[in-house]
Amino acid sequence: MAAVQSGQSETEEEKEIQPETSNDGSRTDLRPPAESPGGPASSPGAVKPSAPGEEETLRAVLRFLQKNNLSESVEILRREAGLPDEPEDQTGSESSGTGSGGQEAGGGVGDAGSLLSRVSAAPTPAAATVAAPPPPPLKVGAGDDRPDVNVVLSAYSQQGDPVLYDVYYSGLKKFIESVLDCHRAELSQVFYPLFVHMYLELVYNNHEAESKAFFEKFSGDQECYYADDLRILSSLSKKEHMRGNETLLDFRTSKFVLRISRDSYQLLKRHLQERQNNQIWTIIQEHLYIDIFDGMPRSKSQIDAMSGSLAGEAKRDSNKAKVFYGLLKEPEIEVPLDDEDEEVENEEGKPKKKKPKKDSLGNKSKKQDPNAPQQNRIPLPELKDSDKLDKIMNLKEATKRVRLGRDTLPSICFYSFLNAYQGLTAVDFTDDSSLIAGGYADSTVRVWSVTPKKLRRVKSAADLSLIDKESDDVLERIMDEKTASESKILHGHSGPVYGISFSPDRNYLLSCSEDGTVRLWSLQTFTCLVGYKGHNYPVWDTQFSPYGYYFISGGHDRVARLWATDHYQPLRMFAGHLADITCTRFHPNSNYVATGSSDRTIRLWDVLTGNCVRILTGHKGPIHAIAFSPNGKFMASGATDGRVLLWDIGHGIMIGDLKGHTDAIYTLKFSRDGEILASGSMDNTVRLWDAFKAFDELETDDFTATTGHIHLPENSQELLLGTYLTKATPVIHLHFTRRNLLLAAGAYNP
Amino acid sequence: MADREERRFAEVPRESVKLVAESAGVELSDDVAALLAEDVCYRLREATQSSSQFMRHAKRRKLTVEDFNRALRWSNVEAICGYGAQDVLPFRSIKEGELFFVEDRDINLVELALATNIPKGCAETMVRVNVSYLDGKGNLEPQGTVPSAVQTLSEDLLKYYQQITRAILGEDPHLMKVALLDLQSNSKMAALLPYFVYVISGVKSVSHDLEQLNRLLHMVKSLIQNPYLYLGSYVRSLVSSVMYCILEPLAASINPLNDHWTLRDYAALLLSHIFWSHGDLVSGLYHQILLSLQKVLSDPVRPLCSHYGAVVGLHALGWKAVERVLYPHLPAYWANLQAVLDDYSVSNAQVKADGHKVYGAILVAVERLLKMKALSLSQPAEGPRGAGAGRQDPGPGAPGHRASSPGLTPPPEPLSEAALGIASHLQAGGAGCPWEAWSPVPLPAMYGELYSFFGDSLAVRFSTGPGAEGRGPGGGGGGGGRGPGGVSPPRALPQLGMAAKDPPPGPAHPDTARKMPQLTANLSLSPRRDGSPRGGGAAEPAPPSLAATGLSRPLARSSSSSAQRSRASSSRPGQRAAGPSRDVFPKARFTAPPAGGGAPTFAFLIGGRQMGRRCQGRRPFLTAFAPAPPLPSLPPRTYAHKLPVIGRVSKPVRRWACSHYSLHLPL
Repeated sequence: MAAVQSGQSETEEEKEIQPETSNDGSRTDLRPPAESPGGPASSPGAVKPSAPGEEETLRAVLRFLQKNNLSESVEILRREAGLPDEPEDQTGSESSGTGSGGQEAGGGVGDAGSLLSRVSAAPTPAAATVAAPPPPPLKVGAGDDRPDVNVVLSAYSQQGDPVLYDVYYSGLKKFIESVLDCHRAELSQVFYPLFVHMYLELVYNNHEAESKAFFEKFSGDQECYYADDLRILSSLSKKEHMRGNETLLDFRTSKFVLRISRDSYQLLKRHLQERQNNQIWTIIQEHLYIDIFDGMPRSKSQIDAMSGSLAGEAKRDSNKAKVFYGLLKEPEIEVPLDDEDEEVENEEGKPKKKKPKKDSLGNKSKKQDPNAPQQNRIPLPELKDSDKLDKIMNLKEATKRVRLGRDTLPSICFYSFLNAYQGLTAVDFTDDSSLIAGGYADSTVRVWSVTPKKLRRVKSAADLSLIDKESDDVLERIMDEKTASESKILHGHSGPVYGISFSPDRNYLLSCSEDGTVRLWSLQTFTCLVGYKGHNYPVWDTQFSPYGYYFISGGHDRVARLWATDHYQPLRMFAGHLADITCTRFHPNSNYVATGSSDRTIRLWDVLTGNCVRILTGHKGPIHAIAFSPNGKFMASGATDGRVLLWDIGHGIMIGDLKGHTDAIYTLKFSRDGEILASGSMDNTVRLWDAFKAFDELETDDFTATTGHIHLPENSQELLLGTYLTKATPVIHLHFTRRNLLLAAGAYNP
Repeated sequence: MADREERRFAEVPRESVKLVAESAGVELSDDVAALLAEDVCYRLREATQSSSQFMRHAKRRKLTVEDFNRALRWSNVEAICGYGAQDVLPFRSIKEGELFFVEDRDINLVELALATNIPKGCAETMVRVNVSYLDGKGNLEPQGTVPSAVQTLSEDLLKYYQQITRAILGEDPHLMKVALLDLQSNSKMAALLPYFVYVISGVKSVSHDLEQLNRLLHMVKSLIQNPYLYLGSYVRSLVSSVMYCILEPLAASINPLNDHWTLRDYAALLLSHIFWSHGDLVSGLYHQILLSLQKVLSDPVRPLCSHYGAVVGLHALGWKAVERVLYPHLPAYWANLQAVLDDYSVSNAQVKADGHKVYGAILVAVERLLKMKALSLSQPAEGPRGAGAGRQDPGPGAPGHRASSPGLTPPPEPLSEAALGIASHLQAGGAGCPWEAWSPVPLPAMYGELYSFFGDSLAVRFSTGPGAEGRGPGGGGGGGGRGPGGVSPPRALPQLGMAAKDPPPGPAHPDTARKMPQLTANLSLSPRRDGSPRGGGAAEPAPPSLAATGLSRPLARSSSSSAQRSRASSSRPGQRAAGPSRDVFPKARFTAPPAGGGAPTFAFLIGGRQMGRRCQGRRPFLTAFAPAPPLPSLPPRTYAHKLPVIGRVSKPVRRWACSHYSLHLPL
């Protein structure tokens, strides 16, 4: 609530920060571009400090030096330590996240302690201001501080004969086409980044005609999944256009990552050196990061499965960090056995025997999972009585849950939003499926009660004072019966609402909007409680943590922010994506956050440290849906290319590619037991996939785990359990009730 | 360089840039314009790229103006206002300036603000749930269609629908009236329209029940009169239901006691109503209707009641329709009809009665045609006044049925203005149709030919139009006024620039008028007998080609005058003439008007109608055209033997007219 009053000052604060950060960026970028790691002689990526801990210390020192404007010392230290300098260069790439995370980890530990105390104890305003650190300047992502474009682009200023570009490229092409088949696929990866950078160099040096001819000649050779980027590139024909073009900045500021086997790489290197093909060699040195591995070259399909993102594949070591994907131990709650339940069981006769079994199973699962994070790794709010009641309800419902599988598919109910002329943009259900909310393009949020219980508002303060506070039914008495209605409209945003999320306790609703704010609404008073300002650009998605209190938001500024409901400033900022963050999801244990982006990668962030612990590539379009499996081990993601990819979080590898949808996928959901994955798409279908089979047959050998070379099953069709047409309605949300009934929602617009 | 780009993207040509610069008062050199154009293109593409992101996040497939404006706003460019309309904006071009622009109509806000029918807000946004798939299979209803929730009607509407249909199709006439009235004025039942249309399409299943048919037609009437309903494509369905009632040999018409004629008349009236008030909703509707009517008319296998329906329908569609379809078909059809009428066998009595019905209907239609044609021809000379008069004076038939039709105001009379509409319809719909070849027959020729079919009765009717016109609405002229009836055709002709110099003085006296024919009968004999009416018609006013006195009407009518046949039938008039009717009719014709006190309607009393009156058979519901043939429910035999009298009576007049022509021709 403090945020509401201090919203103004906060924005001012941000303004003050802005110039500082951009100065910072330019300072780091002022280094001559020739200073790339190791120089041409040493193979790229070879020099790397072994212990990550040491590296972090070094980084911290570096940062300190930078802060004090000791730039020469910075250079010296960097050179001596052999630190790759791209982290600062590529603002917001994964390693910068690591660096800043390190810095924050220090503050974060203490921070975490205070978090916990704040969760349970009501925060005083003073504590809040102390605890919420101002965003560390270096952490501000690429979206916020654009490095001085001229400086970045100046890397292209080296002159070469523009006519030779053509010769160089076709020479390389000829060479790669002539190498052995096993190497050809790997080396072909070089084409796209080379092509892009050569084209940009031509454009930058004002060789307009040559650049066009170059584009004409070779753009057809590129993989089809780069078509979107190529289209943007082709529209760019003048040096002046390069200013402010974000796609271009992404190319320049981040190194395109390729994974090539050592043999193939040697082949390429030898060829380039023999031919004295310096132009290409320089580009490879400067703009490409070649991740060399020993062993068999990968096949074309293996490469295709992983590539497609804006900046190539993820580096292997970026997915090495340990992820605690296990679930947190559920608090012990005594489940009072209802009389009704007993009766039902008795009627059925036999099940009574099963009951104790089930309980024992439940007890087993309550043992600490070795893969689970520490219970108090991040502070979580204490359970209130009402939460306990809800958990009991949940458990009771769970006993009546339909066990889904290949042969027992769920029933599907479709919630059609009728007359939604305003444009339905987002839908969410509460976990118990009692409320449904819709976000609309006309800036409103509408909440409906799905049950006969109507929505009521709490009485006004004057009326509340008249109530007998001692009475047993005080909770009922505070509600204003006059306001009972089936639905309520929440006004407050000044732009389309792109994401909404109910709090687990059903008391709050979050909504994020084009106006750059995230708003917290009370479902008791149906008013707006807080407007969280931090994203200065449209916020595409937001979600509550499964334990409440925290929430994540991400948007056009390429930074995901972690908030706590009682802080007007974000607790964490996750920077690293190269394009808009289109969807954000919490891991079931609340310790991790997954973000999907238009740069066609998914990143998994550690909430505690702020580090990026996974970069998952393979999608060929912006990612609009992410879902975690209930056991926390797996993840599914859907993109505009109509494909659903399955991921093993522990190993950080792709384990499935589900093809079938013909249009963008906007929603994914696992059934309560994780056996079925449901996907909803713009193509007016809901599809059900056999997640059990997809995960069960999985055996990740060590080789795959270490190399990250995946072997996907050829045919994903046998995983498809059903395709269900809606009535000309795009599916924008899916939800499994506690008894595993599938609810789908969408707006019918004739 | 532009060649590649042009294929890849939309381009803004430098000419446009220059044009815009000029409008801002800046002169640009070619180089600058080219540079600017390129930059503009790039910026546009950039904005489009980023706007697509807004579209994706709004989970739409269609990029809207709003998306684009958002992209502009976020890149610090002013948004473009005024293009947010949902529907497609018409894009116009001006040839001279090679300019393209979006049409921007002025909206009269005052009108909008003061409009009385305030549009209701759009329906409330709501959520409806339906179980789509049970256990992952078992489609409960066909999928992939419109959600049933959209179609389901609210409880109230459903109740309304049930009550209305029950009331209309039920027993209580009072209840029916109330229901119909409500249907006619209810503004909130648009959602039910398809249901009602469906009910109405049930005419095909109740063709045995005149009463039900009638009620359904009344329902049509109420629907088309409801100002709040937009019938849209349902017009087609309504028209087909109405056409069914007009044209089909209904099961109900098997029993001669059933007055299906009335039903057909009423349906025809409805048809004209639908057409004149909603015809613009379905393109080519008029043309289709005419075609189907024509098809029925030219199909000799169809029963006479179908033919009757076709004639009545044509009549209801206006005189232009009659002129185009009925008139050209008349010669061919006449032979068939004549054959029916001339068959005096007892077994044929019923059919013959029907034949008379058709005859009467044709007569009425044709008369209106002549009258309107004369009117339309004379009007252009009179200028706007005439046009106004034409509209206000919708022919003498109108007032008559205005009073008599049950609760249905007659359609706007299809006079000259309407004729325009028809013409355009034909042109639009009838490319490559026989319609194109059709050329209007000059009035005198038409009159001549028609006269050859109908003889005297036609002349009488025709007279009233000009008579009433000349006299003005007062029309109170007594016997003298009515008298000229017989002569008026010639009088009309001079107006049309025909040879006649002045109206013959004869008409002044009814007596002379009456006698003249007799006197001239012989004079006019046969010089033109062989010249078929049509043959002469083109060049000059062909006088009705007259048969000799002895020749019977049949000969004249079926222009293929077979001597044998005529001779065979020639004896008949004589035989029949013995009856009193011979005297009665001429007298009635000329004495009735004075009795009528000058009300123009009575001027149309003709043999057929009078007979009907005498028989008390005519009921006021013969609506579509007041002077509709009246032969109604009375047993056909009563008039079966009387009808031919018309022919006989007309003979003298015909001859008179003929003589008149013959007198003038030499000049």
